[in-house]
Amino acid sequence: MSTATDTIESLVKQEYKYGFYTDVETESAPPGLSEDTIRLISRKKNEPEWLTDWRLKAFRHWQTMQEPTWPKVHHEKINYQDIVYYSAPKKKGDGPKSLEEVDPKLLETYEKLGIPLRERERLAGVAVDAVFDSVSVGTTFKKQLAEKGVIFCSFSEAVQEHPDLVKKYLGMVVPYTDNFFATLNSAVFTDGSFCYIPKGVRCPMELSTYFRINAANTGQFERTLIVADEGAHVSYLEGCTAPMRDENQLHAAVVELIALDNAEIKYSTVQNWYPGDENGKGGIYNFVTKRGLCRGRNSKISWTQVETGSAITWKYPSCILQGDNSVGEFYSVAVTNNYQQADTGTKMVHIGKNTHSTIVSKGISAGHGQNSYRGLVKIQKSATNARNFSQCDSMLIGSKCGAHTFPYIEVKNTSSSVEHEASTSKIGEDQIFYCNQRGLSTQDAVNLIVNGFCKEVFKELPMEFAVEAQKLLGVSLEGSVG
Amino acid sequence: MSKPILEIKNLSAGVEGKQILKGINLTINAGEVHAVMGPNGSGKSTLAAVLAGRAGYDVTGGDVIYNGKDLLELDPEERAREGLFLAFQYPVEIPGVNSTYFLKAALNEIRKSKGESELDAMEFLNLVKDKIKLLELNEDLLRRSVNEGFSGGEKKRNEIFQMAVLEPKLAILDETDSGLDIDALRIVAGGVNKLKRPDSAQLVITHYQRLLNFIIPDFVHVLYDGRIVKSGDKQLALELEAKGYDWITKGA
Repeated sequence: MSTATDTIESLVKQEYKYGFYTDVETESAPPGLSEDTIRLISRKKNEPEWLTDWRLKAFRHWQTMQEPTWPKVHHEKINYQDIVYYSAPKKKGDGPKSLEEVDPKLLETYEKLGIPLRERERLAGVAVDAVFDSVSVGTTFKKQLAEKGVIFCSFSEAVQEHPDLVKKYLGMVVPYTDNFFATLNSAVFTDGSFCYIPKGVRCPMELSTYFRINAANTGQFERTLIVADEGAHVSYLEGCTAPMRDENQLHAAVVELIALDNAEIKYSTVQNWYPGDENGKGGIYNFVTKRGLCRGRNSKISWTQVETGSAITWKYPSCILQGDNSVGEFYSVAVTNNYQQADTGTKMVHIGKNTHSTIVSKGISAGHGQNSYRGLVKIQKSATNARNFSQCDSMLIGSKCGAHTFPYIEVKNTSSSVEHEASTSKIGEDQIFYCNQRGLSTQDAVNLIVNGFCKEVFKELPMEFAVEAQKLLGVSLEGSVG
Repeated sequence: MSKPILEIKNLSAGVEGKQILKGINLTINAGEVHAVMGPNGSGKSTLAAVLAGRAGYDVTGGDVIYNGKDLLELDPEERAREGLFLAFQYPVEIPGVNSTYFLKAALNEIRKSKGESELDAMEFLNLVKDKIKLLELNEDLLRRSVNEGFSGGEKKRNEIFQMAVLEPKLAILDETDSGLDIDALRIVAGGVNKLKRPDSAQLVITHYQRLLNFIIPDFVHVLYDGRIVKSGDKQLALELEAKGYDWITKGA
């Protein structure tokens, strides 16, 4: 029998089951980034002049910026001139008018990923916008949603059909000057989802976007904008996968959420980009800016994320609690196995009175994975009686991985209260043996222990997603113990 | 004569090169209750750990035949599925994992390996409700995480409750009495006694005689410096209580 250390450290290859590539004819821009590239993207999308100008302003600003070096991650320098910034499946004629006209190869791709788009096979109760490389290939249940006044479509379509809404809210939460990757995204974003829930409407189904990177050497730069008008309510899910490749690919998205008076937005992510192989070769660089603005009184924004993929994850879904009595929540599970690196957390900025925020972060490191929690709780002078509770727990599997916690707290109002709890535990050989002694295999024991560790976050996910997340966690950690 | 469940032959084992068990011989037949007693550091818990297959212990010699199989060849989970149960001296907490879920998973692993059908949630709950009364435990415990926030006594009772549900062929109780007050001790021992069956056996490891007032052993063995230095019936335990371990160890 092997010793305890061997048992825990012997790493076996894990299969990434979404690693296939779809052979479709594409239309791509040549690699490289210049004002011409941006004009090309803008022209391809037939955008109004104000948007082209906004992109160009972002690009000019980006040229003055430096890539951030503060995250606790290491990677080769990214050459931004080697990246293809626009790649789309070739359209026949004017492009598909409805999902029924979409290239069957693309529909098959989503079927393989478990996201059927065809009418008769659609997931009940979930409307899906499917984004393939740089463009949205289709959105389901649009008609049913439109009956309630809910707008759910690709970003490109929103620019054409609802330019006033886009113009009003684009960049309101994440301005084009925000940070290196968000600014890059503002210059070159190609598609994404747009969603508007009108006053007093409770969205009748879950909305979701499924992002798929397919083409080689391309970056994916999507932008999601969700606006919940007064008293509106929406739950939104996001999923992502990519083929297995030896080269790293960049994914730099921006997500903006805006909740007006009494509105509520729940945003859930299951991120499963290709993480690279067991030696750390390949995988996605996931450098994403996600931020929500609780603009109205009594509004609420809740982020739940399960991050199992990507070679490097750099993201901090945040809440600006501007409206009085607004509530921000962040529930996160981040897993790093093999050579994955994650620097993730949140920012809760309290501006309004009686604003509350909750942070629950669970980091799991296995193999050589490095997992950092980085979070900011900022209580402005105006935020009378603000409350925050943060809990950051890390779990280590094996002895070559790392867990790090970087909490930042800035308080400018004496009536507020901020609580921070943190723990680090090593997945106990004792726990595994206890499970073994009751008849459970070591792999089952690890799944059980890890799922128990993440329970507080999983219970925040919509039902179908929670099941998926538990399974995904099992796959991600497969082989992390012998 | 009944069939042996466990035959330990000249078993030697240690940790990190340090020899702890130095040739143990012990045969346990179906229907029997054996007690292993001994002073601290004599190797009692090592014996339990080696039999259950805990990692980090090296078997350096001897054989263990369990149910006709070479026990030392089996992984810990295989031993468990074959009906070997260890009641832990320090039961382990598994935060966030529901006790019912845990125990159902364990029982179904054992049933699967026997070729029996798995129990569904309702069947399992019915089974469990009968067993939990045996240990006078609150049903609320089933909704809590495994051992998390349990008192010392609750943890020990929970071990015996698990034993009641899993119905092992050989139950090894590792210092189950330690840290129990007299009432808890009576409940735990009462549970163990009710679980006694003609086709199963129990190996009770203890430092003190007082547990043996409640669980009456058929045989008592004294373990000292990695060897069984004396065996007898329950009278031996009483003698030990009266005279202390020195009485035996001086001669050993």
